[in-house]
Amino acid sequence: MNTALPPLAFLGGVDPWIFIFSFVTVAITIWMGFRSAKTSKTAGDFFVAGRSVSVGWNASAISGEYLSAASFMGVAGMVMAVGYDALWYPVCYACGYLFLLLFIAGPLRRFGAYTIPDFAEGRYDSPVFRKIAVVFVLFIGLFYTLPQMKGAGTTLAYIFPGLPYWVGVAVVGVVITLNVALGGMKGITLVQAMQYWMKMFAISVPVFVLMAVFGGYGKNLSYNDGRTLADAMNPVAITQSVETSAPAVREPLPAKAPSDSTWLSPFGTLTTKASKAAGLSAEESKPYSLLYTYSLIIALVCGTAGLPHILVRFYTNPDGVAAKRTTMWVMILIGVFYVFPPVMGVIGRNLLPELYAATGAKGTDKIVLELPRIINERYGVWGSIMSGIACAGAFAAFMSTFSGLLVSMTGAIAHDVYGRMLRPKSSPEQRMKMFKFAAIGVGGMSVLLGSQVEQLQINFMVGQAFAIAAASYFPLLFMSVWWRGMTMKGAATGMLTGGIAALACTTIINLSDLKKIDIAGFWVEHPLLRILCEQPAIWSVPLAITLMIVVSKATSKDVPKDIRMKMLVLHAPEALGLKNEYIQEQQAGAGH
Amino acid sequence: MPPSSSRDETVHSEAFLSSLMRRQLRLSIGCAVAFLVALLGLPLANYFAPDFMAMRVGGFTLTWLILGVLFFPYVWLISGYFIKRSLKLEADEAAEVLSK
Repeated sequence: MNTALPPLAFLGGVDPWIFIFSFVTVAITIWMGFRSAKTSKTAGDFFVAGRSVSVGWNASAISGEYLSAASFMGVAGMVMAVGYDALWYPVCYACGYLFLLLFIAGPLRRFGAYTIPDFAEGRYDSPVFRKIAVVFVLFIGLFYTLPQMKGAGTTLAYIFPGLPYWVGVAVVGVVITLNVALGGMKGITLVQAMQYWMKMFAISVPVFVLMAVFGGYGKNLSYNDGRTLADAMNPVAITQSVETSAPAVREPLPAKAPSDSTWLSPFGTLTTKASKAAGLSAEESKPYSLLYTYSLIIALVCGTAGLPHILVRFYTNPDGVAAKRTTMWVMILIGVFYVFPPVMGVIGRNLLPELYAATGAKGTDKIVLELPRIINERYGVWGSIMSGIACAGAFAAFMSTFSGLLVSMTGAIAHDVYGRMLRPKSSPEQRMKMFKFAAIGVGGMSVLLGSQVEQLQINFMVGQAFAIAAASYFPLLFMSVWWRGMTMKGAATGMLTGGIAALACTTIINLSDLKKIDIAGFWVEHPLLRILCEQPAIWSVPLAITLMIVVSKATSKDVPKDIRMKMLVLHAPEALGLKNEYIQEQQAGAGH
Repeated sequence: MPPSSSRDETVHSEAFLSSLMRRQLRLSIGCAVAFLVALLGLPLANYFAPDFMAMRVGGFTLTWLILGVLFFPYVWLISGYFIKRSLKLEADEAAEVLSK
């Protein structure tokens, strides 16, 4: 096959098909960004796309932004690495949306705040609280950016086998940063929508082809029946493919791979890691695993509702009915998508187990990219073409999410930190200029941190961003919408304590896992603490809510005077037009 | 178009607001319970009935089939129901006030 394409051979081990598909994806994305940059002129266009997006476009765009490198690459990699327990991630990523829909999306939209900091200020009439609230846009955004960077580094290291991990991070970081600095969100909406369909195509087509060649989802799972356990180092022929007469062989599992039974059943490698390290027996570690599972579920489900870059999209709908219909479509679009990545992980375990032995950018996180290439063994270049399509999807995944996060974080800096705190009298032109500077600053920071996290799993890092959001913004939004007794002090205390506790815990875990600090011995002695630190949501979310209630009760005289009006605006149907009335009152009040 | 004063009174009354919030919260909590029973019940089923959940169904283990495939349509049903009901609820609330 190599001899067929000599002109491109100088690229050193680069598969031309994979390169072409990836290159075209990047080129189209950038071209669309620049093209739409010409049509977005005002600051309003930049921040929320003029609220003029149709249901279909908006649902695709939300899904496109939501399905990050974690969904596209990380889920499959984690399912392959740890098995059943990793399935909680895709399910809760999708179900978190339901929680958002049930409790938060409608009221927040009616209130008409563009961002969570906007809401924080409006709900408590407190510019101070806004400044506190905006901090978490940056914290959560940055934590969510790191796995996208790892996705970028992994993908580029796969396409160009000789390239160091950090170069890939830097290249992708620079390209997206420039795109955002020049295009803003109007461009992003169209690009994001297109990218959803690209990701859907790029995961489903290779999965269908793989299943047609190597057997279906269930069939591949059924190979994990422990038959290879006793004799793990020998290949075992499992089935005979009648048409091709070539036996489909399950590759031998390397020593580092989990056994069939731990991989296939609940409470496996992921959730028992801490108690295993502590030397507990399988029976003793089961309660710990249950605790881990519940904490993970809470983090992911509540965290979705607190992601800053997702909420803002509810405002790009013309009205509340459209916003709800959009959400329904989003649930369907992302739900269908999430069925596919685990299939890659399952087939990958059977056919590409050598990835278990590798780490970092060469480990299981690249299974989605590399697995389709094994089709080459039977059908010539088709495997490379499939792998190229998968790479294009990966680009779409980390590029779209990174763009969305960059817009949110940059918006927070330009809109809030600069526009309200540092230079309240700045002109719109100055803020636009600041938006561009901030984009470059945040982009640079993401590249720097992203180049450090090669050894952490993509999906695991995204889970951490969710855990921080779950303990900070989720309690803030949920309680502010449904309890009128909340005061600014209560909200701030709960949000800061919960959020910073989760942030501190996840940082400690990352530093320890990256071997920057040496506390492995401590974890061995205290497996429970390790679990509570790795998955803090089970205590940090209740802690935040409890603090909110206690402090609000203690400061109940500070409940905003017009709380009934605020609650009405949050809950009354938009048809009653209460929002205009409310805004007029606010403006009249300010004039006195 | 200034709203009639009785309509205004209704909208701004304590009773209207609490009934509004109560009805919305009841719908949301009802849907959340249907969802949480499945979501939080599955780990318990795995914990207490591991053999049953490991039963093979078309190659899948039962618990894998539920979590990896069946959960998604279940969530669609809940959200579809919620959206339909909440749109109706809003229409009813608006009609109730505007008829005054």
